[in-house]
Amino acid sequence: MGLRAELPVVGVVAAGGALGASARYGAGLLWPTPEGAFPWTTFTVNVIGCALLGSLMVLVTERPTEWSTAPPHPLLRPFLGTGFCGGFTTFSTYSLETERLLSAGDPTRGLLYQGATLVTALAAVLAGVAGTRALRARAGRGRVGSA
Amino acid sequence: MNWLLVVAGAAVGAPLRYLTDRAARARFGPGFPWGTFLVNVVGSFVLGLLTGVTSAQVHLLLGTGLCGALTTYSTFSYETLKLYEDGARGYAALNIGASLAAGLGAVWLGVETARLW
Repeated sequence: MGLRAELPVVGVVAAGGALGASARYGAGLLWPTPEGAFPWTTFTVNVIGCALLGSLMVLVTERPTEWSTAPPHPLLRPFLGTGFCGGFTTFSTYSLETERLLSAGDPTRGLLYQGATLVTALAAVLAGVAGTRALRARAGRGRVGSA
Repeated sequence: MNWLLVVAGAAVGAPLRYLTDRAARARFGPGFPWGTFLVNVVGSFVLGLLTGVTSAQVHLLLGTGLCGALTTYSTFSYETLKLYEDGARGYAALNIGASLAAGLGAVWLGVETARLW
């Protein structure tokens, strides 16, 4: 696919990314993390973004064949997933905060932050995926039964 | 005004991540998420470099906006889960280990490089 055909996708990724980054920036303004403290704001932003993406990916990419409803709009995933969730969550700030805590002579807190984010983020994406699959399975059964 | 700087940086960073991912898939195939790995490492390095810059505006534009949107924790976590679910458990573990180590190494390298100036 050429870049011209990609333009709508690139556009919605940019828009979603700008929205997600704004939300992350807003969270940082509302809940600033003092230097040397556990970076709770980035931690929470990353965990929420992971849960949202897990849920979205199930809704967009795993569609039961018996469903007769129209497939989701093709720009939904790039806008909400690649754009919003991708722009909302951050790996670079996570790496920098880990490095800052490690080099500030508090390696325990640095490693705790690095490990806790990883484990909680993976649990959140799994919860988003599994929770959405379970909810949809119930809704799907209702749908089939009523047909 | 500050908010617009974040928006401008992110409006470039997020599409860069998308296009990098596409190019990496075309080049290396879908086996390992090279695209996400690459943007996370590069974004971490650039954010490390920015510790040498004092301007708050530059931090909002290139740090919060560009690097924040270029890198992603959600796609990294989702791709790791998918690798695991698809039976590629070694790749899932490798993705975690390599991303965390390379991200931290890259940010450290950026910080040290910025210190030389």
